[in-house]
Amino acid sequence: MGKTVLEIENLRTSFNIKGEYYAAVDDVSLNIHENEVLAVVGESGCGKSALALSIIGLHDLKNTKLEGQVNFKGENLLNLSRARLNKIRGKDLGMIFQDPMTALNPLATIGAQIEEPMKYHMKLSSADMKKRTLEMLRRVGIKNETRIYSQYPHELSGGMRQRVVIAIALACDPVLLLADEPTTALDVTIQAQIMDLMKELQAQMKSGILLITHDLGVVAEMADRVAVMYAGQVVELAEVTDIFANPQHPYTRSLLSSIPSNLPEGGRLHVIQGIVPALQNLERTGCRFAPRIPWIQPDEHEQNPSLHEVKPGHFVRCTCYKNFHFEEEESGEEANVLT
Amino acid sequence: MSLLKVNDLKVHFPIRGGFLQRVVDQVRATDGISFEIQPGETYGLVGESGCGKTTTGRAVIGLNHVTSGEILFEGKDLAKLRGKEKRLHTRDIQMIFQDPYSSLNVRKRVLDIVAEPLRNFERMSPDEERKKVQALIERVGLNPEAIYRYPHQFSGGQRQRIGIARALTLNPKLIVADEPVSALDVSVQAQVLNFMQDIQKEFNLSYLFISHDLGVIQHLCDRMGIMYRGRLVEEGTAEEIYTNPQHLYTKRLISAIPEMDPTLRLEKTHLRQAINDEYRTGYDENFDENGRPFDLKKITETHSVSRP
Repeated sequence: MGKTVLEIENLRTSFNIKGEYYAAVDDVSLNIHENEVLAVVGESGCGKSALALSIIGLHDLKNTKLEGQVNFKGENLLNLSRARLNKIRGKDLGMIFQDPMTALNPLATIGAQIEEPMKYHMKLSSADMKKRTLEMLRRVGIKNETRIYSQYPHELSGGMRQRVVIAIALACDPVLLLADEPTTALDVTIQAQIMDLMKELQAQMKSGILLITHDLGVVAEMADRVAVMYAGQVVELAEVTDIFANPQHPYTRSLLSSIPSNLPEGGRLHVIQGIVPALQNLERTGCRFAPRIPWIQPDEHEQNPSLHEVKPGHFVRCTCYKNFHFEEEESGEEANVLT
Repeated sequence: MSLLKVNDLKVHFPIRGGFLQRVVDQVRATDGISFEIQPGETYGLVGESGCGKTTTGRAVIGLNHVTSGEILFEGKDLAKLRGKEKRLHTRDIQMIFQDPYSSLNVRKRVLDIVAEPLRNFERMSPDEERKKVQALIERVGLNPEAIYRYPHQFSGGQRQRIGIARALTLNPKLIVADEPVSALDVSVQAQVLNFMQDIQKEFNLSYLFISHDLGVIQHLCDRMGIMYRGRLVEEGTAEEIYTNPQHLYTKRLISAIPEMDPTLRLEKTHLRQAINDEYRTGYDENFDENGRPFDLKKITETHSVSRP
């Protein structure tokens, strides 16, 4: 394993809702190493995007409280001034946004948009900048780069735009790349191309990638390690092979059994009871997943669930994983899917 | 007799331009599609965005005008029916829309949303209407009190179930479901898919299921068609398509499904690269001079492939 590029320690991100602060990211600690893809998975509302935006400092600070530490290149990103942060963002810290339709400026040419971060962060002549931009376009798999250079976003397809977004993020050789749902807005074939491209580029660049996604298929294809998040907390952290071959936490197991492509012929999809609670209604003591597995006895849960290391590098929160079974396994009949 | 038989359906949209906005060209969104749906069957229509699958679905339910071809529903051509007779048949086809956030009118109560088809087609007293709606809302797993609430008070999965309740009010025979779970999280998606299977048995429904998600289609559909540029490239039972894809385009689409076993991902990447290379070099043999698929040819009783 390479050296650590990002160290998140006890990060807590709270949002102001009607005068009170509620934590959307609650005491998260994670490390990302060089040349590693760490995937953060979970349903919508579990805090994964809030985590990424906290790292790169894109939250509206008037209504957001950030606690803990995000150590990147010897500095705590949470304490930096805006000016100092701007020196890091776009250079050492690149971001790929979800929707390539809205992430690009419709009024600027593709070339100008890729050159923008170089202008701020690198001392290059305009000829060198253009040379580098064309080189970036080639690297993200765009063949007629000289034509694309002077085109506008509306002239490109969704997959091409996402390639451009990736080229912008990579323009200044970042040490760490944050990718927030990079393939969600794309078609399956384009998604496959973008995933293969990101894998290939990562092998060349040796940077770390924090991949935020809700799609377990993307995780299986890209990640080295996986952090499963539920209600603001990491509930399971393990190597990707362990997550798929030997999932422990009830939430991870439930998610995996609700995907159609994971299902034996003619089987029925698993449904997780209830919904992810809204921030204001979230019960913050005890196991946060307990309300969604009510058939598990209360004494199976811990009072203050902590992460347990079940084997080296594989962490699971709470003790309820030990005797967990799906509801239908016990009763021997199908669970009522609609309760 | 099949419930729905679509025969060489074409839906073209005019491109206007030049002097006096004359029609200068046509977008061939759906360009000669034929398929059949039997009672109680689920037929999947798959393809990338822009391949014409939604246009086809909308033509079946009558939201797009048909340029040529037939849509035979129980033997009657829907495109030619007018007036009373058309109303009689269209009530048997209902639709579930993709986005549960924009397909429900935010200013109407659930009662008014679900009762709208009833008000269009049946005469019921307010009391009967409310009872009927409450029964349906209960059937889709929501509290009967929910009928007095507004769409914003529900989660995405609940909204989609309200949309399904609305589609069920008139006891239709065919439901056109256009990407009904694409906007939902996996666990909510599972809930809606299970529910659609339950009501299919209960009401003996047929589905025309439109999706770009091959995993969902495989799980749900009996037979399926793969679309590309307004035409079918392959049609067969779901099993035939997934285990024995014949057309290069189908192979490419199936190889794009993410590999769920992390230990096999390298092989998958290589497989994809090989198929993509073949796709690039073999394009001319697999598609005609305009880059469109050829007509379908039968290779077994149920399996057809586009071949020159």
